Amino acid sequence: MAEALLDIEDLSVFYGPFRAVQGVSLKVGAGEVVSIIGANGAGKSSLMKAIIGQAGRTEGRIGFLGEDISTRPTAEIVRAGIALVPEGRRLFPSLTVAENLTIGWEVGRRGEIGFDEVYELFPVLAERSGQLVRSLSGGQQQMVALGRGLLANPRLLLCDEISLGLAPVVIADLYRIIPAIRDRGIGIVIVEQDITRSLAVADRFYCLLEGRVNLSGRPAETSRDEVARHYFGM
Amino acid sequence: MGELPNQIVQGVLVGGLYAMYAMGLSLSVGVMRFVNIAHGDLIVLISFLILTLIHATGMGALPATLIALPIAFAGGYLLQRFLLQRVLGKGVLPIILVTFGLSIIIQNGLLGVFGADTRRVSGGGIETATLKIGGGINVGVLPLVIFLGAIAMVMALDWLLYRTRLGARIRAVSDDPATANLVGLPSARVYATAMGIVGVTIAISAGFMSIWTNFDPTAGPSRLLIAFEAVVLGGLGSLWGTLVGGIIIGVAQALGAQIDVGWQLLAGHIAFLVIFLARPEGLFPKY
Repeated sequence: MAEALLDIEDLSVFYGPFRAVQGVSLKVGAGEVVSIIGANGAGKSSLMKAIIGQAGRTEGRIGFLGEDISTRPTAEIVRAGIALVPEGRRLFPSLTVAENLTIGWEVGRRGEIGFDEVYELFPVLAERSGQLVRSLSGGQQQMVALGRGLLANPRLLLCDEISLGLAPVVIADLYRIIPAIRDRGIGIVIVEQDITRSLAVADRFYCLLEGRVNLSGRPAETSRDEVARHYFGM
Repeated sequence: MGELPNQIVQGVLVGGLYAMYAMGLSLSVGVMRFVNIAHGDLIVLISFLILTLIHATGMGALPATLIALPIAFAGGYLLQRFLLQRVLGKGVLPIILVTFGLSIIIQNGLLGVFGADTRRVSGGGIETATLKIGGGINVGVLPLVIFLGAIAMVMALDWLLYRTRLGARIRAVSDDPATANLVGLPSARVYATAMGIVGVTIAISAGFMSIWTNFDPTAGPSRLLIAFEAVVLGGLGSLWGTLVGGIIIGVAQALGAQIDVGWQLLAGHIAFLVIFLARPEGLFPKY
């Protein structure tokens, strides 16, 4: 593995007395695509929220570029180089495409990704930059959400369920850009319920069950059967 | 020529002042989605600040108001950051109770410090200057300046909200504070800035109000009532609508005063109620 960008050690996330994530350790390197799979309620989204600083109470260490960021506010974490593409897209509906993208640019760190790069990845957004995002299709909205994340010039991009509710042809179009992002040296974490899709692009994966990692490895070296058994906890 | 056209013109100009009262409230209701019961009291508070500056230094009303602008911005910022933000997003009731409490504190604080006397600030002659525009209609210079000021304020706020990056940030947080936080846009800081801008509108209307009308420590709630009516009439979130709402109330009051002086305020409220019954969403709603 390349030099570790994200180094999580023994992380737990609490909601009141409930422990949604229980002692998870994982690493993501620069230019590496890591897939996190698991059934509904396995703790995937809680893990994402913890990394970005929106999870409430956590225990353990979230190392990013060698520093513990687990107690930092989200705005600082984003400026340090982590961006989240949240589940359900979560765009700002009364803002235009360009304004939504601008928000990403403003909150992030300065870097080489600008509007031109995003419009090159998603040409349709250039055509619709002046439109309100609520007038776009679901797939185009997801492109805006990805673009907003990329414009923050992250070193690590967290993608939470980016294929949810989209047609297969649209999903394929979105996943097409993952290698292009990785080739820029950006680490990518993909959280998906669609195992096939996310394992196909991942260098490594972690499988979560009830808040714990119960399997990790490289997709190429792990049988589908073994993944399925751990996914369902059998 | 009859009195009627003259009264309508005067009503329109008064509507400019009402719209100014209402502009900050329109922002907090339309953008930050809360009702600030202390809005009128904040206008009165800044009026007393301007009065104090004038008495203490002998400066004119204009420089005193200019000094009040950054103070009001800072005051609005801090008020939002350290008080209002704590109860925002916890339902409608807490924010109403907190701002109601703030209203009582401001009124009693002002009563304690300044007494119950009615005050007015001298505008150096502008308040008595008039322009004859023909047809038997005289227009006061001050009301005209206030009316043009209200239009300029709507244009400036419209530009700020829809043409600047700060405006996009404010609208983003208005759309969804939780998502803003999630992507690294701290909603609390953005709202505090927005409330600072509300403070600036409050200081401008306080400057004009203190010259044009009498005020005392308990004058806030009546200002709030008119501001609130203008905002609701215009439609939530529409600044131009707020201006129109202010004008409607001003004209209705002027026409009511034609019937009987006692009808002046009542006519404004009746006009509000009638239009509200016909169009509860307001004339130009954004939401």
